[in-house]
Amino acid sequence: MNKEFRKQLTIDLATVVIGYLVLGLLIRSGVINAYSKGILLMVCINVILTVSLNITSGFLGELALGHAGFMAIGAYVSALFTKSLNLIPLVEFPVAILLGGIAALIAGYIVSIPALRLRGDYLAIITLAAGEIIRNLLKNLDIVGGTKGYTGIPNYTSFTWAYLIAVICILASKSLIASRHGRAIISIREDEIAAEASGIDTNRYKIIGFVFSAFFAGVGGALYAHYLRFLQPGIFTLDKSIEILVMVVLGGMGSIRGSVISATILTVLPELLRGFSDYRMLVYSLVLILMMLAKHNDQLRALFDKALSSFRRKEAAHE
Amino acid sequence: MSGANLFFLQLINGLNIGSIYALIALGYTMVYGIAKLINFAHGDIIMVGAYISLLCLNAGLPWYLACILSILVCSLFGIVMEKLAYKPLRKASRISLLITAIGVSYLLENSFQLIFSANPKPYPGFIDLPTLKIGAVSISANYYVTFIVSVALMIILNLFVQKTNMGKAMRAVSEDEGAARLMGINVDNTISLTFAIGSALAAIAGILYSNCYSPINPTMGSLPGIKAFIAAVLGGIGSIPGAVLGAFILGMIETMVKAYISSQLLDSIVFAILILMLALKPAGILGKSVKEKV
Amino acid sequence: MSNVLEVRDLGINFGGLRAVDGLNIDVAPRQLYGLIGPNGAGKTTVFNMLTGVYEPSDGTIRLNGELLNGKKPHEIARMGISRTFQNIRLFRNLSVKENVLISLDTQVDYGLFSGIFKLPKSFKQEKAMEEEALELLKVFELDGYADTLACNLPYGKQRELEIVRALGTHPKLLLLDEPAAGMNPQETQNLMDAIQRLREKFAISVLLIEHDMKLVMGICEKITVINYGTLLACGTPQEIQNDPQVIKAYLGE
Repeated sequence: MNKEFRKQLTIDLATVVIGYLVLGLLIRSGVINAYSKGILLMVCINVILTVSLNITSGFLGELALGHAGFMAIGAYVSALFTKSLNLIPLVEFPVAILLGGIAALIAGYIVSIPALRLRGDYLAIITLAAGEIIRNLLKNLDIVGGTKGYTGIPNYTSFTWAYLIAVICILASKSLIASRHGRAIISIREDEIAAEASGIDTNRYKIIGFVFSAFFAGVGGALYAHYLRFLQPGIFTLDKSIEILVMVVLGGMGSIRGSVISATILTVLPELLRGFSDYRMLVYSLVLILMMLAKHNDQLRALFDKALSSFRRKEAAHE
Repeated sequence: MSGANLFFLQLINGLNIGSIYALIALGYTMVYGIAKLINFAHGDIIMVGAYISLLCLNAGLPWYLACILSILVCSLFGIVMEKLAYKPLRKASRISLLITAIGVSYLLENSFQLIFSANPKPYPGFIDLPTLKIGAVSISANYYVTFIVSVALMIILNLFVQKTNMGKAMRAVSEDEGAARLMGINVDNTISLTFAIGSALAAIAGILYSNCYSPINPTMGSLPGIKAFIAAVLGGIGSIPGAVLGAFILGMIETMVKAYISSQLLDSIVFAILILMLALKPAGILGKSVKEKV
Repeated sequence: MSNVLEVRDLGINFGGLRAVDGLNIDVAPRQLYGLIGPNGAGKTTVFNMLTGVYEPSDGTIRLNGELLNGKKPHEIARMGISRTFQNIRLFRNLSVKENVLISLDTQVDYGLFSGIFKLPKSFKQEKAMEEEALELLKVFELDGYADTLACNLPYGKQRELEIVRALGTHPKLLLLDEPAAGMNPQETQNLMDAIQRLREKFAISVLLIEHDMKLVMGICEKITVINYGTLLACGTPQEIQNDPQVIKAYLGE
């Protein structure tokens, strides 16, 4: 196990470093222009959001519809911090990201308290309600611009930051899932009653799943704020949460690799296909329905597997 | 206007919005009772109903034909939706069903947006009755018609569910699908019927809503949909009187919060009520709590 | 020697229904104890109270003298009562080994930080867990299936895996809810042997619900019969077989 793990770690780290060097070089040399670089940053941010949502929706098995709300908290808190202080970016930005993450984590913890008593449909509704409350409160907060929006946020989200943090998020999630805590989280998805009977404190692990997910949503939000440089409560609607959910569902619930791939595709594709934006949500809604139908229909699934096998080949039942 | 009159006016407003929520909440609660599914797309049926009736009215059809057509189309929509999207997933996990329901909701909203554009369309109100005057307060026809129609429909629905064989079949399926099947009840047809009735009520809600609050747009159904769901939860999901009670309570709370506390924070307050209700008494005011079988 | 399990005056109401009433059970160390009764007699409800799934309306449950009333299921599992379910409840999409690793979670204590940053402590404990999991799987010769998904196991093996998982919490008392349900006579015989082996190997007491009288009479040293949630008879298999009340309940007038 130890040896195997080290080998895997070496491969992972090598991929990460090479990926960084190649993309960095392409940006430096101008092959990737400013527009494409923007897409690249959004890929990193969406990877963070998707992987983190997968922890609650894929591994814990609870549909969370308030991800955009946690993202908003991270975005606003970090922006408030960098706008109020004027330290050097290298100090200020990581602290702002961390603060954004922690603020979202606290919100996630608060939401998880009523959520613990409920399962399935009701839990989904509670997270939806929490997301809407967050957005509604932001609309009424004048220090962050209310409905008019929050402007003048420094442009801190560089490729290096976005890439680094996306990698941290992926590694932390994989590591969590491979630990006893991750196993406990998955056991709740599989059978909550059996998990309790096996000595798993399901409430505790639900909270861990929730706050972990919320933390990285907040971190993603912080990066987003310092990329967009302008925030408005209207960005963080239920539609945004659903968009991230689509990425999770398409990549496969409970698959981190899948999340990374689908977040990338669904970020790049709309940019490549002109005029796609009109049909984007329509296509997304079809993705949700068809993926779910395919999951429970062997013929449809076979068709899907064929189409997706090219990049899902090495996938185990779960990561 | 005096404080008392103002309060009376708010009361009327609350009853109006409450009646609309009630019609929608009935659909939610019936479908939940029988299919154990929060049909997220239910709110969007309101929008479908509104648009179909608008098309008919614009085509010059008389209002009653527009209503009938809209109700029929929505019922059909409900049945097709169930057959295509939900029926194949009856044995699937809750999370799969929920995701599908969200998908259907977005599909409806976005396909209507493509067909009719996202721009709001004015709705030619057709309720042409005199305004009612009570003291210094005048109540527009839209308001009292909405109230009367809703209450009448609720009474009819309740009688249907309690007295007719089809209604009894619906209750039997929601109690125990397997046992109902063994007793010779056609479960599939009963579920279709439930979706059809729920969607018909949503269509009527959509028409009444559009009469009161023109113009209409493709996402008009989502917020009333969520609110009506909250109402159903408040009253106890799965319970028909509960849905009606919850809807009127919510309508009142909303109007009073808007009038006397803050209209900006309205949504926060309503959603906070939902969270509190779910956390403290998930079975709702009139619902039964069910323990998971081990 | 004092009893492992002591149940006194146990009762529970569901709404107006008195599902279990005034029940006493004493399980001695290393005892194989049978709980039988007609369908709907309240046997599984008793198990659910013993494991904290339901809270008893009255009475006390003690494990080695410690009161269990009001404890959560996972706490009770950690204190030493472990169970299987009437309708198999495995972690279906996880491997056989992972199913056992989850109950072995009770035996390790590395923290979240250590887990995420893969500190040496987590490595050491994970390795020990892995070894023990394979060791436990050998009890039912399931070690060859370690990487198979639980849902792909044949039915009989699933029942066995559930027992192995229950052993992962290092129980003092093992509750088996109809372990032989759906098994053929040969499988039932193997199961009987295995239960006796388990008792010796792990020095545990076993309380089992079973409809297969051959199994119950064959291995249990003491039996309690309940009907309509109340005690009908209690004694050795010999006594139970000759008890007129029991015969009446099972065969009718």
